[in-house]
Amino acid sequence: MNTEILGIIAMFLLTLALAIPLGKYISKVYGMEKTWLDFIFNPLEKLFFKLSGVNPAEEMNWKQHMKALLTINLIWFVLGMIILMTMGSLPLNPDGNPSMSADLAFNTAISFVVNCNLQHYSGETGISYLGQFYLMFLQFVSAATGMAAAVVVFRAFRDKTTTELGNFYTYFMKSCTRILLPLSFVVAALLAFQGTPMTFEGKDSITTLQGDVQEVSRGPAAGFVAIKHIGTNGGGFFGTNGAHPLENPTYFTNMLEMWAQMIIPFAMIFAFGYFIKRKKFSWMIFGVMTIGFLALAIPNVIGEMQGNPMIEKMGIDTSLGAMEGKETRIGAAATGYWSIATTVISTGSVNSMHDSTMPLSGMNELLAMMINSFYGGVGVGILNFFVFIILAVFISGLMVGRTPEFLGKKVEAREMKIAMIIALMHPFLILVGTALTAAMPEYGTATLNNPGFHGLSEMLYEFTSASANNGSGFEGLGDNTVWWNVSTGIVLILARFLPIIGPVAIAGLLAQKKYIPESDGTLRTDTGTFGVVTLTVIVIIAALAFFPVLALGPIAEYFTIY
Amino acid sequence: MKNNLIKGIRMTVVLVVLFTVIYPLSVWAVAQLAPNNGKGEIVSYKQTKGYANIGQSFTKDEYFWGRPSAVDYNAAGSGASNKGASNEEYLAVVQGRIDTFLLKNPSVKKSEIPVDLVTASGSGLDPNISVASAKIQIVRIQKARNIDPEKLNTLIDANTEQPLLEMFGPAKINVLKLNIALDQLK
Repeated sequence: MNTEILGIIAMFLLTLALAIPLGKYISKVYGMEKTWLDFIFNPLEKLFFKLSGVNPAEEMNWKQHMKALLTINLIWFVLGMIILMTMGSLPLNPDGNPSMSADLAFNTAISFVVNCNLQHYSGETGISYLGQFYLMFLQFVSAATGMAAAVVVFRAFRDKTTTELGNFYTYFMKSCTRILLPLSFVVAALLAFQGTPMTFEGKDSITTLQGDVQEVSRGPAAGFVAIKHIGTNGGGFFGTNGAHPLENPTYFTNMLEMWAQMIIPFAMIFAFGYFIKRKKFSWMIFGVMTIGFLALAIPNVIGEMQGNPMIEKMGIDTSLGAMEGKETRIGAAATGYWSIATTVISTGSVNSMHDSTMPLSGMNELLAMMINSFYGGVGVGILNFFVFIILAVFISGLMVGRTPEFLGKKVEAREMKIAMIIALMHPFLILVGTALTAAMPEYGTATLNNPGFHGLSEMLYEFTSASANNGSGFEGLGDNTVWWNVSTGIVLILARFLPIIGPVAIAGLLAQKKYIPESDGTLRTDTGTFGVVTLTVIVIIAALAFFPVLALGPIAEYFTIY
Repeated sequence: MKNNLIKGIRMTVVLVVLFTVIYPLSVWAVAQLAPNNGKGEIVSYKQTKGYANIGQSFTKDEYFWGRPSAVDYNAAGSGASNKGASNEEYLAVVQGRIDTFLLKNPSVKKSEIPVDLVTASGSGLDPNISVASAKIQIVRIQKARNIDPEKLNTLIDANTEQPLLEMFGPAKINVLKLNIALDQLK
């Protein structure tokens, strides 16, 4: 079989094979059970809690969780603004890169706090190593924030009736120390041996074989690239992200980074099942997500391998596929696969330029972010999916004429209102943002890199990426302007915290309710039938909300070249 | 709020130390065992050196050419064209590259030109080309250097990097390494 296709299959299977044991481990970590790493982490965490003045055993209700979460995120944002706006004159800046302007620092600090990593600067010229280190810190803690929020939901369905949902700081700290740190360290070490630099030295200047002078940016990239994927952050150390041959030097690193970004989103699904002791429920979720993922990924792999018909018409050999914006060592197949993995999961790292992918591939990348819950980002993916489950439970309940129930809890008007607001906010932010920008040509059209339908897609992609907290882009867009920095910055905040607060609130409210034991009349949520209903709800919401704008962008572009 | 603020600040300080001092220093320590102590893998030629993973610009007839670059192989500012598949202006650029290639390689038929030789890479620094892209340049290089084409064929085969474990991903050639080997021929 074609080695490029085999590479993709291996990536998927390796992720799945390791996600199940990791899910079990994660469930134990949050369940405060014994694990084999206790001998290091028990004393370490004890010290960290002591230094932080936190009592890890103190129970919180859902509101206390959210207050703690929002407060610490605010601290990170303020500190980020300070560092990014002064780093030019701080240490660890061998290349002499400047500080950021206020609007760019706002966008960047927000973007990394919310686990999005939309980057309106370029790594080589726009940030110092100190700045990179702080962003790397944010990559760890923003991922841990998402995981801690997901665990609140896990807890809400484990106990029969309760308001006590564990301690935010404990979940957060354990996510950092016991999950993100060890995985990142292993990945970083492997990357370093494959050729990703980990040095404090600045640019090197060399003479090329042909006699020209070439400057080569380096830096402490291996540590950064590891957590960027493990935490589904996606922000590149260098400007071209995972396409850069120092961030992603070989086909092996490409497989490793692909594995790294999918492993925790996969594992969290299984962790949920282990944690609430309903393994079948995990497989239902995993099945729906995988069908959605494959329905988007397979066309992209095929489309990118087939190549650009406009170039084929010129009469050359296009058997390698659509190579504009792609790297030879990775190839069209693995690039097409990555383009969907990184967009269904909210990583947003790229190993090719999405702006140059085929029109329908671009559409699938957009759809992946518009749906934003096939696997989804670390922690938050399962929260997004949870909203769709609640909607599916409600619709199924109406169809059979019973009060909707989910895992023994009645879903009533209050929970439904929250779920609807969260589900509709995402299209609202994307469509209103794009429409506003399109209505102001001096802020919108003037920043485009491509004319016509594709130009609209560039604007649409930027807002979709911001609202999905994804961080990839149609990078031709000249997005370092006050308008883009501020508008996407605001979208980022809303699209991060409301979809965390919403599901946690629903779970908190359900947890307080009386537990109704399962009977013959109970709607079973761990069956294939329920999976189909959930998938249908997702598809209907996405299609109704986004089909018109997709028709104006990528679909229209498709018909101009085929 | 105040209670959370104090706890949050203290925990932030602890984790800043963990993630921006201890973590990177540990990775850095491990990287000391990696190629060139984690400063980027080096290949040397004559009295000088190049980065194995960073492509260089080759324009002379006697060298194998790499892929077009949107940033002219500026390794201090990576970048791509970001042109859409339907962009007329971009398609004209590709057509121009095809014409130039045919002009410099008159023995090559248009239908043989591999697409990676006329499309810009994602990073602008792609160190590799496909095997077909190397083979198609043999005639030009043979004329410019006046050497046996069979030797060039062998050189390409010797420099072909097979898929990972011969199973995963594409085969490819590192242009810089190939050109260094070419200079060392004779």
